[in-house]
Amino acid sequence: MRLLLVLLALLAAIAAPPARAQDEAAAREALAVLAAGNLDAMEPAIGTIARSGVPWAEPVLRGLLDGRLLARQADRAVFLRTPEGAILEVASGAPAEVEARALRPIRINNRLRRTLEGALGSLTLASPDRTVRLAAAEKLFARPDPSALEPLEAALAREADPAVRAAFARARAAVLLDHGEPGARAEAATGLAESPSPAVLGKLQAARRALPADVDPATVAALDAAIARVETRLRLLEFAQTFFQGVSLGSVLLLAAIGLAVTFGVMGVINMAHGEMVMLGAYATWAVQQAFRAFLPGALDWSLLAAAPAAFLLAGAAGWAIERGVISRLYGRPLETLLATFGISLILQQAVRLGIGATNREVVTPSWMSGFVEPVPGLALTTNRIVIVLFAVAVFLLLLALVRATRLGLEIRAVTQNRRMAETMGIRTPRVDALTFALGSGIAGIGGVALSQIDNVSPNLGQSYIVDSFIVVVFGGVGNLWGTFLGALTLGVVNKLLEPVAGAVLGKILVLLALILFIQRRPQGLFALRGRAAEA
Amino acid sequence: MARAGLGRPALLLVLVGCAVLLVPVLNRLVPEGSAFHLEDRLVPLFGKYLAYAVLAVALDLVWGRAGILSLGHGAFFALGGYAMGMYLMRQIGPRGVYAHPVLPDFMVFLNWQELPWYWYGFDRFPFALAMVVLVPGALGFVFGWLAFRSRVSGVYLSIITQALTYALMLAFFRNDMGFGGNNGLTDFKDILGFPIASPDTRLGLYLATGVLLLLALAVAIHLRRSPLGRLLVAIRDGEARARFLGHDTLRAKLFVWTLSAVLAGLAGALYVPQVGIINPSEFSPAASIEIAIWVAVGGRDTILGPVLGAFLVNGMKTWLTGAAPELWLFVLGGLFVLVTLVLPKGLVGIVELLPRRRAPAAEPAPRPAEATGG
Amino acid sequence: MAETPRTLPGGRLLEPQILLYLDGVTVSFDGFKALDSLSLVLEEGELRTIIGPNGAGKTTMMDVITGKTRPDSGTVLFQGGIDLLSLDETAIARLGIGRKFQKPTVFDRLTVAENLELAIQGGWSLARLLAGRLEAAAEERIERTLETVGLAELRAEEAGRLSHGQRQWLEIGMLLVQEPRLVLLDEPVAGMSDAETAKTAELIHRLEGRHTLVVVEHDMHFVRELGAKVTVLHEGRVLAEGPVDAVQSDPAVVEVYLGRS
Ligand SMILES: Nc1ncnc2c1ncn2[C@@H]1O[C@H](COP(=O)(O)OP(=O)(O)OP(=O)(O)O)[C@@H](O)[C@H]1O
Ligand SMILES: [Mg+2]
Repeated sequence: MRLLLVLLALLAAIAAPPARAQDEAAAREALAVLAAGNLDAMEPAIGTIARSGVPWAEPVLRGLLDGRLLARQADRAVFLRTPEGAILEVASGAPAEVEARALRPIRINNRLRRTLEGALGSLTLASPDRTVRLAAAEKLFARPDPSALEPLEAALAREADPAVRAAFARARAAVLLDHGEPGARAEAATGLAESPSPAVLGKLQAARRALPADVDPATVAALDAAIARVETRLRLLEFAQTFFQGVSLGSVLLLAAIGLAVTFGVMGVINMAHGEMVMLGAYATWAVQQAFRAFLPGALDWSLLAAAPAAFLLAGAAGWAIERGVISRLYGRPLETLLATFGISLILQQAVRLGIGATNREVVTPSWMSGFVEPVPGLALTTNRIVIVLFAVAVFLLLLALVRATRLGLEIRAVTQNRRMAETMGIRTPRVDALTFALGSGIAGIGGVALSQIDNVSPNLGQSYIVDSFIVVVFGGVGNLWGTFLGALTLGVVNKLLEPVAGAVLGKILVLLALILFIQRRPQGLFALRGRAAEA
Repeated sequence: MARAGLGRPALLLVLVGCAVLLVPVLNRLVPEGSAFHLEDRLVPLFGKYLAYAVLAVALDLVWGRAGILSLGHGAFFALGGYAMGMYLMRQIGPRGVYAHPVLPDFMVFLNWQELPWYWYGFDRFPFALAMVVLVPGALGFVFGWLAFRSRVSGVYLSIITQALTYALMLAFFRNDMGFGGNNGLTDFKDILGFPIASPDTRLGLYLATGVLLLLALAVAIHLRRSPLGRLLVAIRDGEARARFLGHDTLRAKLFVWTLSAVLAGLAGALYVPQVGIINPSEFSPAASIEIAIWVAVGGRDTILGPVLGAFLVNGMKTWLTGAAPELWLFVLGGLFVLVTLVLPKGLVGIVELLPRRRAPAAEPAPRPAEATGG
Repeated sequence: MAETPRTLPGGRLLEPQILLYLDGVTVSFDGFKALDSLSLVLEEGELRTIIGPNGAGKTTMMDVITGKTRPDSGTVLFQGGIDLLSLDETAIARLGIGRKFQKPTVFDRLTVAENLELAIQGGWSLARLLAGRLEAAAEERIERTLETVGLAELRAEEAGRLSHGQRQWLEIGMLLVQEPRLVLLDEPVAGMSDAETAKTAELIHRLEGRHTLVVVEHDMHFVRELGAKVTVLHEGRVLAEGPVDAVQSDPAVVEVYLGRS
């Protein structure tokens, strides 16, 4: 701590505009006044120090406020005690060789305390440290102090950093809103309305209530307009936020469901172990990260990039094995296939539970995926979710390209539309089945990579998404990629929009009931394939 | 078509009846010291298996016969169970922890002031019994009508039955539904005035479940022998063709479906007093899928298969979850895979195949007689 | 072309001898017209063969008549004015319209006799299905039908074990046992041996007069053998209609069958 103080002082000495010599002298005199202990004389002395620009002004004033500024009775020399108890020279910040018993803390009263707080506030406004300035502005915004108006305006005038400028302007507006002339209040309200937040709304509403009864109607109107504007903007922002959450949920669902849709389309079977493919992908992510931790700690941030192919391969291989070992032997018996794959899902879950453990595994979010971006003020979108959305769209487009432009894609489409016809045209349907299944499972595995970033990696991971994936497939229609895409996004958004209105559980129940009713109208899904194949 | 035993249905019922009677005989007539004596505490366990057997027979009616794989039959079972549970809760009266004369404990705990309207009447057994039949029956009817009318079938139907039971599970987990939330209904005291935990009551409940099973089997046997039973097979193998023959397949399906839901509800109603609790986990999709494996293990579309399967799988579950709990899910999962792959007709299927045909095992999987033109 | 009544006062057909009346029936799948304003009139007791190249719309026409496919537009009336388009498959079957599918569809796991029983029970109520037995008259009808289609010996055999031809006959038997007014047969001899084909022709001749019959066929030899009035469908429309010889020498028909360039 002491070292830090020293460093801070040094930094301040380097960065702060150097105090002029006479200011320094005045500050030293003021220090002596403080030591004298005359409460009335101390107030102007505090102002002198605060304005002097000496590097030690801030630590001294803060020390005075906290009762750590000490005076020696004998010669009225002043020393600073750190919170840890070390005694420092005021000017240099170096340890002082004094007898602690000779020192007495300088006492202050409540009036001085307020003065000190104000002075410190404006002092921090001038701090060379950007975060300190921002924090000071936030503090002033939260508790506007009329005495800070002047330093605030000064600080605003010399500030270069746009974010800090905005924060200063907000703080200034907050001060004016509470303490300014009616005209200034109206102007401040209009300005504040530009950066809507719940706090701004609260301030505006309080200011509106505090307006004297005889104030001119223009001011009242300006405040009301500002309140209305903030309220609308807030609702919009909230909607945008919910919508974004819905989209990001939808993109996870897309990754989980699309493989299901493809295999259902090609083979007409539902793979109940599909959720476990997602789970395997998430564990692959975890395992790859552990390996990086052990062997490549420097590249830990990039382990997700290696995890994606690993998850694809692991889940794809599992899917291939399931298709060859079980599903292909149950050809033409979709209900039995459903049961058998459910059995596989039980086995896979239990195997992971016993082999790796039932507790959640943590996959660390890489630094490039943490934090958030703020495209418009007040709308914070977390980076990891944005990455997931982009990732899902990329995977979707890749799959689309694969289905449209490759030989396998052509065969998949042929088998989806008319298996028997495809067979007679020489397409080896068992191979197509196995590859489709591996592909669908692999994509689910990739979905697991994305999920590991926003959910716990546990043996039950797949189960929590499988029901939603089914719903997506039913809504989206069999074997229809765009249908699945729209189905997933719609479901994600609807889920999130319903949540605040109906609560998460009730929302889900409503979605399920909607599904049951929906299927009445369109038994083949929203974007069903039409034609003879779909009739069978 | 499995026709073994069809010629001697009465004999079959007598056989099952005797097997059911084994428990009271071993429990009451065999002296306590004997190796064959069945302890009192095991009676409700077998009663539970009997209820499961009824549930399996119910599922087999729709799955084995009509080819409708329900993954939500647990919902009907649980609804019947809740209806009975509500009666049992009302029977507690002022003997609850909070000693409220009317409100069950969990409502007092939630600070509710009065009984929700849908709890009215459940203090009377006949009313509760009517609800045991009506609630699952009505749900089955409405759901079936919606689904069959729009010709949802196959895996689609299975998925939405699963969605149904899942939605119900979520709903029953909510405290404000008024069914005890998470914890469900429990701490029952007596049924029809008999203390619920006494050995005599338990044996009585066991016997009642046995009678229900015999009834369910009689219904199943009759259905199989009736023209309707044959129509259901036809619907399973080629519904469109049956329609072009002038059969109202919607009505036939709706009938067995609703009948099956009612049977499941009755099974649930007898299950609850014997296990002493009903909670939302009975609605879980996994619980419903498990019923299908009982039926598959025993043998689909057979009379004894579902009963056998329910006893075997659940007996194994009781034993394994005690002896080696971590193995149970492997065994269950393995059963799903093995039975579908190598034993499509279940255990009864093996028995049936032995003395009869030469090589019927090679019989191809039934190709659905789809009525597609061109 | 037969004279078709243009107006239908009160939704009734003008001529009582007309059993089936199709007018302006159009069916499209994703823009492709499988039936394009098709019109067809069948008289009571008539035997009609329908030919046409693959994809001409023959099966689709049967789908429309039996309620499997709903047309985009058009009129389909049965027996003096019953609007078939407002009924579903079950109701249409109960009116006495039986259909044999192009792909034989019998119930493989029921015996031959059981298949016929199932057909006879077509109109039964639920209660009757639950409790009912066949009356003696119905049993007799089954016997007669077994004789007619030549499967009397195989009555206890599982349908799944029958040969392809026998399955076709069983399916025809399932229609006959219902004593329908109108029998629609979609390619009844496809995949049959010559002997079987001859036997089938014989069977159809025996039915002539008792039922109104529509036979869709590709096999021209078989069509000649039936010797009935022929309707040629092409691209969803009627291309020609008349006796076999006249139709076969029609240049438009020849062109369609021998390919255009
Ligand atoms: N459900 C459907 N969806 C899309 N197109 C269909 C459908 N049913 C029939 N078609 C198309 O309509 C056209 C007519 O088919 P239809 O089966 O009626 O022909 P057809 O005359 O019976 O031929 P074939 O002699 O091959 O049996 C064909 O091009 C077919 O591909
Ligand atoms: Mg055809």
